[in-house]
Amino acid sequence: MKKILRQNRLILLLILFLQGGYSFAQTDIDAIMMEKNAFCVGPMYSYSSWKNYWEGTLKRDNQNLGRVSTQMVGLMGNYGITRNLNALFSAPYVITKASAGTLHGLKGIQDLSLFLKLRALQKKIGYGRLSLFGIGGVSFPLSNYVADYLPLSIGLHSKTASARIMVDYQRGNLFVTGSATYVYRDNIKIDRDAYYTTEMHYTNEVRMPDGANYNFRAGFRNQRMIAEVILNNWTTLGGFDITRNNMPFPSNKMNATTVGINLKYVLPPLPQLSIVAGGSTTVAGRNMGQATDVYGSFFYVFNLAGKKKSTGKTTKTN
Amino acid sequence: MKKIIFFLVILIAATSLLFVACNKNIENRTDNTAALNPANIDLNAGTWKPVLLIGPTEFPVAAPIATNSPDYIAQINEIKTWQADLTGAEQASVKYWSAGAVFRWNEILRELVAKHNLPPYQNPDGTYPAPNANNPLAYPQFPFANPPYAARAYAYFSAAQYDALVAAWYYKMLYNRPAPYTVDATVNVLIPKSTLPSYPSEDAVVEGAAVEMLKLLFPGDQDFIQQKAEEHKRARIIAGANVRSDIEAGELLGKQVAQKFVTRARGDRAGTAGGNQTVWTQLETDCIARGEVPWISQETPKRPPMLPLFGKVKTFLFDSLTMVTQIRPAAPPSTSSQQFKDETNEVLYYSQNPTRERMRIIQFWADGVATFTPPGHWNAIAAEDFLKQNFSEVRWARNMALLNMAEMDAAVVCWDAKFTYFNPRPSQVDPRIKTLTGLPNFPSYISGHSIFSAAAATILGHIIPARATDYTNMATEAEMSRLYGAIHYRSDIEKGFTAGVKVGNYAIQRAVTDGAE
Repeated sequence: MKKILRQNRLILLLILFLQGGYSFAQTDIDAIMMEKNAFCVGPMYSYSSWKNYWEGTLKRDNQNLGRVSTQMVGLMGNYGITRNLNALFSAPYVITKASAGTLHGLKGIQDLSLFLKLRALQKKIGYGRLSLFGIGGVSFPLSNYVADYLPLSIGLHSKTASARIMVDYQRGNLFVTGSATYVYRDNIKIDRDAYYTTEMHYTNEVRMPDGANYNFRAGFRNQRMIAEVILNNWTTLGGFDITRNNMPFPSNKMNATTVGINLKYVLPPLPQLSIVAGGSTTVAGRNMGQATDVYGSFFYVFNLAGKKKSTGKTTKTN
Repeated sequence: MKKIIFFLVILIAATSLLFVACNKNIENRTDNTAALNPANIDLNAGTWKPVLLIGPTEFPVAAPIATNSPDYIAQINEIKTWQADLTGAEQASVKYWSAGAVFRWNEILRELVAKHNLPPYQNPDGTYPAPNANNPLAYPQFPFANPPYAARAYAYFSAAQYDALVAAWYYKMLYNRPAPYTVDATVNVLIPKSTLPSYPSEDAVVEGAAVEMLKLLFPGDQDFIQQKAEEHKRARIIAGANVRSDIEAGELLGKQVAQKFVTRARGDRAGTAGGNQTVWTQLETDCIARGEVPWISQETPKRPPMLPLFGKVKTFLFDSLTMVTQIRPAAPPSTSSQQFKDETNEVLYYSQNPTRERMRIIQFWADGVATFTPPGHWNAIAAEDFLKQNFSEVRWARNMALLNMAEMDAAVVCWDAKFTYFNPRPSQVDPRIKTLTGLPNFPSYISGHSIFSAAAATILGHIIPARATDYTNMATEAEMSRLYGAIHYRSDIEKGFTAGVKVGNYAIQRAVTDGAE
């Protein structure tokens, strides 16, 4: 539930902003590359909340939680090592809250995510252009926050590594992008030294199931703006269901399918500056909250090589 | 083309790194426990004082067949047949059970408690269903193994095993049947050898008593329990530790002794401890009549208090008059007093200023929903320490019984105080107080964690004096975790601790007079 939220964050952050809600322009999961020596950086804010959640596969609410919300304030950046190889990072501060019941929310710095994004191939096919990407990422906690306090913990405190294949096809101003990601999640340590999942464990270590993410996005894209719809699925490869009226646990089988939109606009008078906004909602899930989120951010492009030509315009993928 | 190759190389390297670099398997602390090899086999334990039995011969054990009889030789051959073709799973089973019968069954009970420690979900009309022992698999499953239920379960379970083992030791001495490997030197023995007579099997006594108690306590988990029982008995035969007749006699004795405990449990008033609407209303009315603010459930919809009549349950270590006159704490600070306001403000401070270290303490000791509860936590602490002491099975059982009778009686004392005073939780009187752990659904005064922990630390400090200071420090941390978590006032934990020490001292009183020291 909250966990979900948090999980979303994590996944996002850690993995790569897989969630539609976090699909900012120039992220690890879109087909946009920065030019060589261009550094795009900016703050982001997101608000996500849910009232209903899936307890296993059973959808329910919880009057002792009310609406569970997660706010994130983060810094994201993307640097063009070459026009075909970009490095990306993000780091968020997370605040959780439950609107009902007695449980205290938590806040803190969550995880640092780093990605390398390689455009391996560009090829003209018919009237359009096909691009193939490989993306690798890692993430790790930036603070010793509590993971075992779901749904109000700010993250799952797992180190992750991810590998993604992404294909993009653009024809004129229209594009489609699809990607598949495998996310390895390291075991975590919790503050208690015994816990029950589907059996008793006498250890403070929790085996974290890996995850897979599938992302499909399509829409309008040119140098000035992007408008896209996003379908995203996160599937935990393993894990267990929350039992009836139980609390969530970090190694639950958390799945979510979200649909969302993402918009980016480059300001005509100041082409180094772009505005990004979007939102998503959860259409199916398991052991997660049915979250809806909105986000917004500004990005500014610096040219670290000293040239004046760089702008926030995205490099065309075709 | 070069680019494609580069890309593929990176992808393959990254992916293989993911799969190769990481072995995520986790070991439990007790997975590789060494086989029990008692420093002292406690040959005189047949003379120790039982809890419920009138004496060790209350349930007679028939004389065993002679070790030169054809039947016995057939039983020896059963061992040899198993040993001729051992699978890895069978060897693992022998190793698992060799850690100790009382220890492993204690772990199994903790697991059952954790599985069943889940509050029922409400009905559509906002009332709450109660688990039904006669229909344990229907939702809400029976039992809801909350702390009082669990404390009582651990106590009966442990005390029944202890009494059954006292009787077993009596008959071991009486019949003096040697172990199979002593009778027949060609029998392999897969566990440490012992000079303890093997009839009746102490392992089967523990298993029989456990299974019989668990029919009452966890009636919906019989498949799991019976599977463990069969595995346990087979492991003893495979190990060469017992012949079948040792096992059968032990199991029967364990079941018979446990039935006496089942009879006591059926009449100990726990079955009616849930109360009813009349009882719940009366508690509130009485509290208001005393001029105090009554406890109100902070759950939505409002949940009836947990087992409000558990304070009436029959205790093991003292009688109810002693409890009321010697142990029950004086009334908490009046809800209209300055002290109450000051203590509430202290809770507010901890609510608003959580530190990471305090969060660790809160989490470590929370023992809330889906855990083995605070008494279970102290069972785990005790068990892992007992493993290092090389106790005999009968001493293991005796020490677990002392611990768990103290924990159950602590639960009774605690619930008596909670429902005598019906004191509100901090977050009820000051809604600014948000809790850093789940808020239990029963009155505040006195703190269950404090009395459970102090009682456990007191008796464990007597059993292992070298650890006494550690136990006290752990208990102090456990009680403070409830103030840090913003669910208890300082008075709750201080008076809870004091009451816990008193309960623990009654357990010590029994310990010094039961013949085992």
